[in-house]
Amino acid sequence: MQNFKSFILDLELVETQALNAQYVLMKFHHELPLPAMQPGQFIQVRVDGSPNTYLRRPISINFVDSEKNLLWLLIQLVGDGTKTLAETPVGKNVNMIIPLGNHFSKPEPSDKVLLIGGGVGVAPLLMLGKEINDQGLDVTFLLGARSAKDLLELDEFAKYGDVYTTTEDASTGEKGFVTQHSILNEKAFTKIYSCGPKPMMQAVARYASQKNIECEVSLENSMACGIGACLCCVEDTVDGHVCTCTTGPVFNIKKLKW
Amino acid sequence: MVDQNIDLNGLKLRNPVMTASGTFGFGEEFADFIDLARIGGIVVKGTTLRHREGNPYPRMAETPMGMLNAVGLQNKGVHYFVDNIYPRIMNFDTNILVNVSGSTVKDYVETAEIINGLSHIPGIELNISCPNVKEGGMAFGTTAIGAARVVEAVRKVYKKHLMVKLSPNVTDITEIARAVEASGADSVSMINTLLGMAINAEKRKPELSTVTGGLSGACVKPIALRMVWQTSKAIQIPIVGLGGISNATDAVEFLLAGASAIQVGTANFIDPAITPKIADGVVEYCERHGFSSVRDLIGALETVEQQPSACLTDQECS
Repeated sequence: MQNFKSFILDLELVETQALNAQYVLMKFHHELPLPAMQPGQFIQVRVDGSPNTYLRRPISINFVDSEKNLLWLLIQLVGDGTKTLAETPVGKNVNMIIPLGNHFSKPEPSDKVLLIGGGVGVAPLLMLGKEINDQGLDVTFLLGARSAKDLLELDEFAKYGDVYTTTEDASTGEKGFVTQHSILNEKAFTKIYSCGPKPMMQAVARYASQKNIECEVSLENSMACGIGACLCCVEDTVDGHVCTCTTGPVFNIKKLKW
Repeated sequence: MVDQNIDLNGLKLRNPVMTASGTFGFGEEFADFIDLARIGGIVVKGTTLRHREGNPYPRMAETPMGMLNAVGLQNKGVHYFVDNIYPRIMNFDTNILVNVSGSTVKDYVETAEIINGLSHIPGIELNISCPNVKEGGMAFGTTAIGAARVVEAVRKVYKKHLMVKLSPNVTDITEIARAVEASGADSVSMINTLLGMAINAEKRKPELSTVTGGLSGACVKPIALRMVWQTSKAIQIPIVGLGGISNATDAVEFLLAGASAIQVGTANFIDPAITPKIADGVVEYCERHGFSSVRDLIGALETVEQQPSACLTDQECS
């Protein structure tokens, strides 16, 4: 995969939207054109003013609005670091290393693509869906969550493709997990991209290999440096331990020992 | 113009700022962020005779003002380094030292001997202090006899600068430092990580696959500083100080405590462009305080009429 030059930049926070109690969407602006970024890449955010947060936080690129030169980050409030980040006042600068990691591969023009996301893992699928839609391909999103209120950015996803949902409590869409959705029986797909909780991605990977469908997943291993120096975020693959931050975060499931 | 040159017992550094092994990859990872010609040297990732996969994930846990790691010397072995990595990095415009580790004295010797043949590598950092491998590593560095044995053996085959990285996980680090000096080391670097542990209370499980790991980051700085200061009174060979250095003031403190140069480790993760800033900051400090050379800072701590309040070692306590 092509390597993209990374930059350490201060981006100005221009908007924070609370999507629900657990998730915020933050939009950042830079005065100069943002560096080239690809779907699946991530950034390393420095969190200032949180005594318990020593390391940067790796965050998926949710979307790049190139007209307004905005970078969107979808943040799940997990601990002190993400909570402090979410409380950043609008107008303040946030320091980021941007962009990092590899990216989802481009589908072939003949591919029938399915994008499966769960929880905060839907984040990189928005930019990916837009890029694939721009390529002129039909995009199908299959998004899963515990409950209707946990499904994020549905109106955004709807701009770039058909959106199907599952919820565990049947509050919207079909009841159950993404791998149980009826669309999987109704339509034939040739390429699946997935990001979400590990058990969900593992179920997707099992489904894809049974059906012999090409499948890429984006991993969320915890990281320290994000640039391949510390070797902390390794995933055990058929090529041995490799850094999720540089060899990933996107892996073809054939490389994983799941 | 402040003179920044450091002579580390024959190893010439353009300034006192180096990078610590395991935190800077092979230098290439930082090419987007800094000009390597701005720093005194880099110590590349720990290298062993044979390929090592390292420990299972998870290998990292964030802690207050620091982190634990349990990487376990993952590397592709010295032959891979010589054939594949060395040709890519040999012409970097800075000193490249290779951190050498092993499970047996023979491993250390064979690895050092191979690296001795690389003309663009002016020195090695002998790692007798890795807390994350089951055999060897720290086992050598925690007794004076063990340390002397491996340093003496490597000294016989390694003709260039031999730096030995000391473990802080000992009762009296000065005893180990003296043994290492007597065995022919050209310098010591100190400190490696402190053995620590993190627990996830909700899951009632350790955070690391190996249960324990090495603590680094700003939280270890006071311990490292104390050990550098103690050791500077005990040995004549130069000390390269490291442990939690995150800015120029930290670097100056290590020099004042008796270090001749410093290494920046975990701080590279938070700001990959930190090292030239630290070098510039040390110069700025010298200008502000009227020092014409960075060397004037080495051991310049003023301790007149100030006696250490606590005993230095357990022996002195008893």
